Amino acid sequence: MAKIILDNLKKSYGATEVLHGVNAEIEDGEFVVIVGPSGCGKSTLLRMIAGLETVTEGEIYIGERMVNGLEPADRDIAMVFQNYALYPHMSVRQNMAYGLKIRGLPRDEINRRVEEAAEILEIGDYLDRKPRQLSGGQRQRVAMGRAIVRQPEVFLFDEPLSNLDAKLRVQMRLEIRKLQKRLGVTAVYVTHDQVEAMTLGDRLMVLNGGYAEQFGTPIELYERPQTIFVAGFIGSPAMNFLPGRIEGDAVVLENGSKVPGGAGSGQVTLGVRPEHLVADDKGPIRLQVILAEQLGANTLVHGVLEGTDTQLVVSLAGIRAVTEGEVMGFSIAREQMHLFGPDGRRIN
Amino acid sequence: MLKRVHFPSSLLPYLLVAPQVLITLIFFIWPASQALWQSMLIEDAFGLSTEFVWFENFQALMDDPLYLATFKRTAFFSLAVAFVSMSFSLILAGFADRVIRGATAYRTLLIWPYAIAPVLAGALWVFMFNPTLGIVAYGLEFLGYEWNHKVNGGQAMALVIMAAAWKQVAYNFLFYLAAMQSIPKSVVEAAAIDGAGPMKRFWTIIFPLISPTTFFLLVINMVYAFFDTFGIIHAVTQGGPANATTILVYKVFNDGFVGLDLGGSAAQSVILMALVIAMTVVQFRFIERKVEY
Ligand SMILES: Nc1ncnc2c1ncn2[C@@H]1O[C@H](COP(=O)(O)OP(=O)(O)OP(=O)(O)O)[C@@H](O)[C@H]1O
Ligand SMILES: [Mg+2]
Repeated sequence: MAKIILDNLKKSYGATEVLHGVNAEIEDGEFVVIVGPSGCGKSTLLRMIAGLETVTEGEIYIGERMVNGLEPADRDIAMVFQNYALYPHMSVRQNMAYGLKIRGLPRDEINRRVEEAAEILEIGDYLDRKPRQLSGGQRQRVAMGRAIVRQPEVFLFDEPLSNLDAKLRVQMRLEIRKLQKRLGVTAVYVTHDQVEAMTLGDRLMVLNGGYAEQFGTPIELYERPQTIFVAGFIGSPAMNFLPGRIEGDAVVLENGSKVPGGAGSGQVTLGVRPEHLVADDKGPIRLQVILAEQLGANTLVHGVLEGTDTQLVVSLAGIRAVTEGEVMGFSIAREQMHLFGPDGRRIN
Repeated sequence: MLKRVHFPSSLLPYLLVAPQVLITLIFFIWPASQALWQSMLIEDAFGLSTEFVWFENFQALMDDPLYLATFKRTAFFSLAVAFVSMSFSLILAGFADRVIRGATAYRTLLIWPYAIAPVLAGALWVFMFNPTLGIVAYGLEFLGYEWNHKVNGGQAMALVIMAAAWKQVAYNFLFYLAAMQSIPKSVVEAAAIDGAGPMKRFWTIIFPLISPTTFFLLVINMVYAFFDTFGIIHAVTQGGPANATTILVYKVFNDGFVGLDLGGSAAQSVILMALVIAMTVVQFRFIERKVEY
């Protein structure tokens, strides 16, 4: 159990910098998810914490120790890889025992830990099988088992669920969360799936193009995204962005309608979540329907802002009948408006 | 209904395979059957008459202690060549697998020996180890070790083993490197996180995972040492001193073309032929089965 501190962490491959100074303090026992689009540097960041990539600049602390110069073996971490990375020539039992044997634990202690982990993960029946004789989900469990028998200070996960089918993914997600709480281990988890990130993490770090855009709890990220990128990345369906400018205490949209709320002046982008638009015949936000998706519990209405080409999506509770071409009015509460300046940063 | 494509039967397919069949007939089947036929003949001392003797030549070989000694020597020689060459390649490949920059230059340099004709390779080693002129021999003498493979059988054997192994290093290296690079990087990384140092990772993860390649190369190298080292031995030691480096193929040549015992020589080559067939069968069976790990 340990705290992790990332201090102005940078990484370059040759002349190209892929991480531009990441700062974070991860509390003891906390579950932190690093989320972002493909290629943003998530794996690189995680692998630097693991010691599999060198640090170009900055410092990493695990517990009290600065670990920049330490080998992966000396950092007291365990990692679960996307492709599981099980040792193909060893049985499940040997896979889990490998790290313990190297550390020179007594045989009965090794057996005890392996049996215990096998019981927690329900893989007791496969202990003598080879990895290729297991299904994807079972391999995933073995990889988890190999991590927990070591009883490390920190768990690192690099998209461990992305090779599983949707149902299994949801189930394993819950199990990982329960396991981490039960063991009280600090965990850093990389994913590009924002739903996974929201459900798993105590806190989320949104990474974009090598910059940490925001680091906060899922609710903070949802309620007060600090940048347009975070606003668009977190939440499903994604937030709508309507260009406009501030006049007095209202935002004037492209088609001239005024949405009350906001302060200051100049060009802004108004962000509104689909679920925060309230049907209101006299409302300022006029949507021309293109099509509706009936999801049962709610209806997603896709369309454009009347008189413009700006896409707009609204989520309405229950089943609603709408016709193509129809114009619907919506209003929005002031506290649910997100205003972003020309540089993409939040201004309200 | 299953639809099949039917070609009208014609001469064309036969014409197309004919050259290959012809080559096989002329360069393999015909000499092989000649050897088989000759192995059952005995020629008189003047080469005037021949007599058909069934398996007498083989019987004579089995009773000949020299032949059995050659057999043992060949086994030792080929195992030694395989071992030296494979372990050397394994070490080189282990390093190349870690190097990324300059890897192509390194690989190109390493493949060169394979392109050199055996006789030239042999000549190269002869020059280096020539007791009076050779640079290595000179260096060894300087260190107080007397090198003369023209007199010392053990040294002669060591020299042909080195020369034969050296030529095969490049080939083994390529296979080993390919095998190592096909191991997922994350498996090795997982072992590093589990606490295994580079040597431990090599012996517990990489080496077991490339064992199919090791077996494949073992057979290939044995076959090479058995049959393809004639040129090297001929250039380096001519089988001497006192037969110390005469292996089976060399003895076939010696008995047949120098000793003019055609029947005995043919019998030896038939035995060699049986051996190579056996080795090939072992290899194919094994490759078919893949390797259990
Ligand atoms: N060994 C390397 N050499 C050069 N560039 C690299 C190397 N490894 C990664 N990169 C670059 O660094 C950036 C970040 O890569 P990284 O693997 O961390 O992305 P990621 O966020 O994990 O993406 P994904 O979700 O697709 O796994 C990418 O632009 C990638 O091209
Ligand atoms: Mg990645």
